[in-house]
Amino acid sequence: MDETLKELGAHVQEALPDAVGEVIVAYGELTLVASAAEVLKVLAFLRDDPSCRFVSFIDVCGVDWPKREKRFDVVYHLLSPTLNARIRVRVETDETTPVPSATAVFPGAFWFEREAYDMYGILFSGHPELRRLLTDYGFDGYPLRKDFPTTGFVEVRYDDERKRVVYEPVKLAQEFRNFDFLSPWEGPEYVLPGDEKATAPKAG
Amino acid sequence: MNAPGKIDPNVRNFQINFGPQHPAAHGVLRLVLELDGEIIERVDPHIGLLHRGTEKLLETKTYLQAMPYFDRLDYVAPMNQEHAFCMAVERLLGIEVPKRGQLIRVLYSEIGRILSHMLNVTTQAMDVGALTPPLWGFEEREKLMVFYERASGSRMHAAYFRPGGVHQDLPQKLVEDIRDFIPHFLKVCDDLEGLLTDNRIFKQRNVDIGIVSLEDAFAWGFSGVMVRGSGAAWDLRKSQPYECYDEMEFDIPVGKNCDNYDRYCIRMEEMRQSAYIMRQCCERLLKEAGPVSAVDNKVVPPKRGEMKRSMEALIHHFKLYTEGFHVPAGEVYAAVEAPKGEFGVYLVADGTNKPYRCKIRAPGFAHLQAMDFLCRGYMLADVSAILGSLDIVFGEVDR
Repeated sequence: MDETLKELGAHVQEALPDAVGEVIVAYGELTLVASAAEVLKVLAFLRDDPSCRFVSFIDVCGVDWPKREKRFDVVYHLLSPTLNARIRVRVETDETTPVPSATAVFPGAFWFEREAYDMYGILFSGHPELRRLLTDYGFDGYPLRKDFPTTGFVEVRYDDERKRVVYEPVKLAQEFRNFDFLSPWEGPEYVLPGDEKATAPKAG
Repeated sequence: MNAPGKIDPNVRNFQINFGPQHPAAHGVLRLVLELDGEIIERVDPHIGLLHRGTEKLLETKTYLQAMPYFDRLDYVAPMNQEHAFCMAVERLLGIEVPKRGQLIRVLYSEIGRILSHMLNVTTQAMDVGALTPPLWGFEEREKLMVFYERASGSRMHAAYFRPGGVHQDLPQKLVEDIRDFIPHFLKVCDDLEGLLTDNRIFKQRNVDIGIVSLEDAFAWGFSGVMVRGSGAAWDLRKSQPYECYDEMEFDIPVGKNCDNYDRYCIRMEEMRQSAYIMRQCCERLLKEAGPVSAVDNKVVPPKRGEMKRSMEALIHHFKLYTEGFHVPAGEVYAAVEAPKGEFGVYLVADGTNKPYRCKIRAPGFAHLQAMDFLCRGYMLADVSAILGSLDIVFGEVDR
């Protein structure tokens, strides 16, 4: 299985040498790392090439890596019923650089890209209707970004006096608890309580 | 409704809101329809009214705590969703599910398929005017949910599939009862078909409605019954078999007219095929004993009885239910043939005890986005028929 995937990856890379960077086969799955500007070329090739025929569109989603310079991954999943194989195409982008919209190649990318925009603020150029999808009308912020708190910023309730739903800042009876279970022996990136002195420069 | 200011017989487009409280919207869907007379000009589905931020929540939970959220996606076939997540975690961890565990998983996935199809077929019949099918169908669903309850303790939100296998073994009596349920169930299928298949009204509302060609179906990201209705013999249980589906004997019904009625026929036949698979599972479960869960005690928590005797088991239990297991860094996409289509989980792990990113690829999401494409040019009354045939559950569309 891995061998055929490698061959397939090499075939795509050979046909589009400047669009496809790296070909990774891991856990029995094929991943192509492509350049964001050329992604439509890759998707169209995968769909139309007679030895690929990835005609079935599966998914587009974002992944946030805030520490990276280009913080977002946009990940496309395609399926080829002819080859009975799946492929993943991954491109990188940041908050301001738009990725060409895949709706021109696969109409099914329509809502998936809207969702990625809604959740991460990833921009897609050439998308027919890039507006929010899942969040509330008038929602502010991009909830799936790693720097967005899980509790959110506002909460809603029905105000009986004003006879409508009102938005208020989130009030928590108990602070949101996010336990850290990383082993102290495996070297967490922060200083453990009580250990401040151990790493601080010696006095005098 | 916004009526035009100047009455002009040539320009008279209506905009109406369908939902979010419409009984045929199958949940909380708001469709903004633009009508020319009774012809649909444009459909704009507004979703997200049931958005609970599942993907965000998963990132703050350990893998074991994350699993029950999957029950709450497509809540008419809960275990099929758990299955996809468990398979993704298992693939990253590299653990194998023992045969008996696989059989139980297949058995309960098929129960889930019947639960979902039964709901869909009967409520779609209700959308087009029939009242008896839901009454008959829900009785059978209730019996199947009792099987859920007897295995997991819960009628719907089972949390029964766990990474490594299933939570507990099934009692012998339960397997026998499921086996004895099947002949009765097949008869109910015949009764339902007697009500619907040749029903003149049902056919008038469904034949040649909601036609989608195979090419379009794939390009729009359709899967499951939606592509099989358009003529592709594509079923992940056959084409990319997971668990022990390759040892099961069953057929895949395929449509050829690409319309609502074909999809109804496929769902009816799939329920029968599911019953056959369940029968094969029950027969093997009654004969073959064995563990239901992987034996890797760094992933699978020990049973309570074991915990009372072994200090090591106690430590493992404590660690697994507080810290949870760590999953090696990597990314996988695991998909199952859920009743509604391909339900996939794209899991990115960073080596900690929590998923870094878990994208849930719900089949209903891809199907619903094509509402505009599917409904254009049909009549207003066809909207509910098409929507019913898409098999939408908002838990998974909105996540």
